[in-house]
Amino acid sequence: MEIGFYPGCSLNGTSLEYAQSTLALAKTFGITPVEITGWSCCGATAAHNLNHELAVALPARVLALAEKQGLTELLVPCAACYNRLSVTQHALNTNEALRKNISQTLQMPLSGKLRILNVMQVIEKYIADKIPAKVVKPFTRKVACYYGCLLVRPHDVLQFDRLEDPQSMDRLMAQAGATPLDWGYKTECCGAGFSVSRTDVVAKLSGKIVKDALDRGAEAIIVACPMCQSNLDMRRPHIDRYLKMKTTIPVMYITQAIGLAVGLSRKELGLEKLFVKMIDD
Amino acid sequence: MSSEQKGFTAEIRSATGVNVNRCYQCGKCSAGCALSEDMDYPPSVVMRLLQTNSAESYHKILRSQAIWLCASCQNCVTRCPMQIDLPQLMDYLRVQALEKKAVNTKSKKIVAFHRAFLDSVRYTGRLYEVGLVADYKLRTLDLLQDLSVAPRMLLKGKLPLLPEMVKGKLKIRS
Ligand code: SF4
Ligand code: SF4
Repeated sequence: MEIGFYPGCSLNGTSLEYAQSTLALAKTFGITPVEITGWSCCGATAAHNLNHELAVALPARVLALAEKQGLTELLVPCAACYNRLSVTQHALNTNEALRKNISQTLQMPLSGKLRILNVMQVIEKYIADKIPAKVVKPFTRKVACYYGCLLVRPHDVLQFDRLEDPQSMDRLMAQAGATPLDWGYKTECCGAGFSVSRTDVVAKLSGKIVKDALDRGAEAIIVACPMCQSNLDMRRPHIDRYLKMKTTIPVMYITQAIGLAVGLSRKELGLEKLFVKMIDD
Repeated sequence: MSSEQKGFTAEIRSATGVNVNRCYQCGKCSAGCALSEDMDYPPSVVMRLLQTNSAESYHKILRSQAIWLCASCQNCVTRCPMQIDLPQLMDYLRVQALEKKAVNTKSKKIVAFHRAFLDSVRYTGRLYEVGLVADYKLRTLDLLQDLSVAPRMLLKGKLPLLPEMVKGKLKIRS
């Protein structure tokens, strides 16, 4: 089975292992992701902070290209891209003048029918019921599933999972053998795009997330967003300084965790790219 | 509520659809905002100041750090009983602050980072993270800040050294 695939900039750069593990997992379950030819950046947050027109035009270009290629479903692993693309499609679908205008600028039609799916949605739709049969090495850890902001808000547009206490990642991790925990920071902000410009803010917000996960007894934090992953993982020295303690809890992508359970190797899943090491049991 | 409003609250309303008068100061936005303790004016105070419709308050808000610290996490609007779209309002206020050259001096780094990001996308069509950080550092002259993680990122193959180019990137430049 084929499915459209939008890696986005992060998965091509700092979050290669998310792309790697997503592709490896897809392959294991007989799914072939087809990359959008000539895709460009979705604009992430910078575009809508500084330039409103680009904020719509950049993601709209991606949607138009996908449609042109005949894709009907698009897997978007990066939560920021998933959010931007979904919000843009919603805006175009509910504002005919805007849609015409943008479609003219891009000189491409925009039907607005593309189904934009995040990693959990694709796993739930095509893979979930096949996971238990494929598990060879259950991921037997207590996990804190961290959703962040971008997968669940704005809820009326994304319509994904529950707004305040989402469950999809928890369910999937349970199928891979893990014990998902109840905790308080599932959808709190990690400091998002302030990683470089206000590292102190990220240290504090991400620090609170790491601390709560630890306090509840988590042995791994599971994520589905490159920004969350890099803030919680790569900024760990700053986080530890804020918490005044040395923390060793790994932060891994859901695709890596499920991948391990179904017997993919650490190398195939890019586990060596984590800053805070995932030590085998 | 009078419908014939003048001044910046009317401008805000026509540009963003947000009617600041609808806020009844329950404070849920500030309670849920992860950034609010770092802000000079927490979200509900931003709302209150805007409600005064005075030039002085508006100027305070445009010059505030709060509008640049808002991470657009959407928590406030999700929980607001009046569904006031604060993140969109913040977005609008940032553009206004830039246009009126009233950017909060402590927030220049955040602005510089966003600018460097957009220029990277304009140039290559994709975000090129080494170039982005280099460009950001030139803008802020904060050259040493990330030196501790960069070599490890290169080793781990997380920072490709050459940018990828997208065909048809001129269309993005427009
Ligand atoms: S949550 Fe809404 S109504 Fe309550 S203070 Fe904030 S903006 Fe006003
Ligand atoms: S969108 Fe901005 S103001 Fe609202 S809760 Fe998030 S950071 Fe705070």
